[in-house]
Amino acid sequence: MDKFTTLTGVAAPMPMQNIDTDKIIPARFLKTIKRSGLGVHLFDPLRFNKDGSENPDFILNQEPFRKAEVIIAHENFGCGSSREHAPWALLDFGIRCIIAPDFADIFYNNSFKNGILPVRLPRAVCDQLIEDTKLGGNARITVDLQRQVVVRPNGEEIAFEIDPFRKHSLLNGLDDIGQTLQHSGSIDRYETTQRAGQPWMPSTAA
Amino acid sequence: MSASRPRTLFDKIWDSHVVERLPDGTCILYIDRHLVHEVTSPQAFEGLRMAGRPVRRPDCTIAVADHNIPTVGSRIPSDIKETDSRIQVETLEANVKEFGVPYIPILDERQGIVHIIGPELGISLPGTTLVCGDSHTSTHGALGSLAFGIGTSEVEHVLATQTLLQNPAKNMRIDVSGTLGFGCSGKDIVLAIIGKITTAGGTGHVIEYTGDTIRALDMAGRMTVSNMSIEAGARAGLIAPDQTTFDYIKGREFAPKGDAFEQAVAYWKTLPSDPGAHFDQTVFLTTDEIAPMVTWGTTPGAVIPVTGIVPNPMDEPDEGKRFQLQRMLDYMALTAGQKLQDVPIDVVFIGSCTNGRIEDIRAAAAVAKGRKVPFGVQALVVPGSGLVKKQAEAEGLDRILLEAGFEWRDPCCSMCLGMNPDKLTPGQRCASTSNRNFEGRQGPNGRTHLLSPAMAAAAAVTGRLTDVRQLG
Repeated sequence: MDKFTTLTGVAAPMPMQNIDTDKIIPARFLKTIKRSGLGVHLFDPLRFNKDGSENPDFILNQEPFRKAEVIIAHENFGCGSSREHAPWALLDFGIRCIIAPDFADIFYNNSFKNGILPVRLPRAVCDQLIEDTKLGGNARITVDLQRQVVVRPNGEEIAFEIDPFRKHSLLNGLDDIGQTLQHSGSIDRYETTQRAGQPWMPSTAA
Repeated sequence: MSASRPRTLFDKIWDSHVVERLPDGTCILYIDRHLVHEVTSPQAFEGLRMAGRPVRRPDCTIAVADHNIPTVGSRIPSDIKETDSRIQVETLEANVKEFGVPYIPILDERQGIVHIIGPELGISLPGTTLVCGDSHTSTHGALGSLAFGIGTSEVEHVLATQTLLQNPAKNMRIDVSGTLGFGCSGKDIVLAIIGKITTAGGTGHVIEYTGDTIRALDMAGRMTVSNMSIEAGARAGLIAPDQTTFDYIKGREFAPKGDAFEQAVAYWKTLPSDPGAHFDQTVFLTTDEIAPMVTWGTTPGAVIPVTGIVPNPMDEPDEGKRFQLQRMLDYMALTAGQKLQDVPIDVVFIGSCTNGRIEDIRAAAAVAKGRKVPFGVQALVVPGSGLVKKQAEAEGLDRILLEAGFEWRDPCCSMCLGMNPDKLTPGQRCASTSNRNFEGRQGPNGRTHLLSPAMAAAAAVTGRLTDVRQLG
């Protein structure tokens, strides 16, 4: 997983609630056995017309947002299906940060596992950041994870909260599995003691 | 944490599964049961292979292919016509072999949708933690299992460590009281709940469903309710295990047997929330608020009783919300003030992990009996598993449905999300017993109305959205 430290880039406004993972990447594109290459299908139903041509009204088809690295949206971003193909598609397109008032839980978790930083900020702040995007291509936003601030194009800093464990993993690009396996002694002990107390627990290996 | 503090069902399961609490409060949570399917696992197995890691507990894991399987014609994996679907199924079969994971083959009569077969085979048990790379894992909470959907990175994490890194959820209680009206089911309860608390109402919470209406439901109805907890934004749903639960589990293939079963029941009886346990939020519903429900928009929270009229976006004061309401009406080709009952449909889908159980098929057949699906309407019935299909055929339900003009298919996720050949064509309108009505969910530009199996069957035999209570 790539580290996330500080990002300065173009933010694309998507002022909609309930942007579900079917919208981020429809089920017909989930038939892959790889993580890579899904960016071409990101937001397919919004981004492309029925004949496959680009929908010019969609924000990511407009300059300077074709190179957006941040998305700013409204409530309940990433709701619905647990598909990790959603963060994979966002990452493959180049999105490294999403700012919204709140996120669906599974999407929120999945983002961190892929080096994408989801930032929760109040709706009024999100709306302010969306206004900022109208300033055009020079209106860069900065997201500084170490200092936990979003910097508006005018230099104003807005603090955000993040869980310390997730922050540490993201700043250092750490693999969760490797970290957990350092505690395998505890897992062994849990299995021995807890499971001994539940001898009735059956196996799935019939 | 003091053992004397009154605890919720969620607290009890959580506490008994914490392997280690890390300094910042993140917990290493032990996972008892891991269900694996072909869509969200290939990249997880690939990750293990690259790192040279084995599956830690194959004996706590079980795999089945369900999303990509055709519902008509040959079910031999090499016969699947869509190349990418075939590769996903064959990849699962190769991975379970390489890593020694128990697997239910497609031609085995026990094959089916992962959330149907977990409870059906006695794999899902009260008091356990259960995960699957699928958001509808919340289904298993109906048995009192803390069950939630995870992403593929977490699938790999569970395969490698049999644990997950988690932070505790908040507790939410939804209490439903009263006697359910004629023509209403678990589906109508959960749609009414989502309509009330919204699709983000449960975010960060585990919902425990309580009250005499929930107690009176059979396990199928409870599973339908818990299944759609994720549509209310919740991490999981839970229903305290009781005699209905124990009777359901007893004798199932993987369930404890004999003395072991009695020991298990004694433990399961300690699980229900203690009197006075703290819930961060409580919501009360009565059955007066529950009629046969139908969604009119492209989010499950956009739901009204079948007798209702489509809302008017102009009544919404917030500009953003007004825009979204209008967008939903445009997508669904509905107009403000329109009666839902007048709306003609093209397709009916009865099945999915929400409503693909034997009780659901019985409810559909009871409405279909002696009636006919009109010309121009396609009505699919897709049993949730091979065992459901076998039971339905033993009861003659397949013949009732076939005589009424329904199609009787083989088990798969099917038109719930259209990863196999069953999908809507653009503009088609579907009355569906599945769980999501998002834009394009059942096929690009398809239109979905979510409802119960009885309501779906009523729509099938009239060719329009219909109040099943009027059919008697």
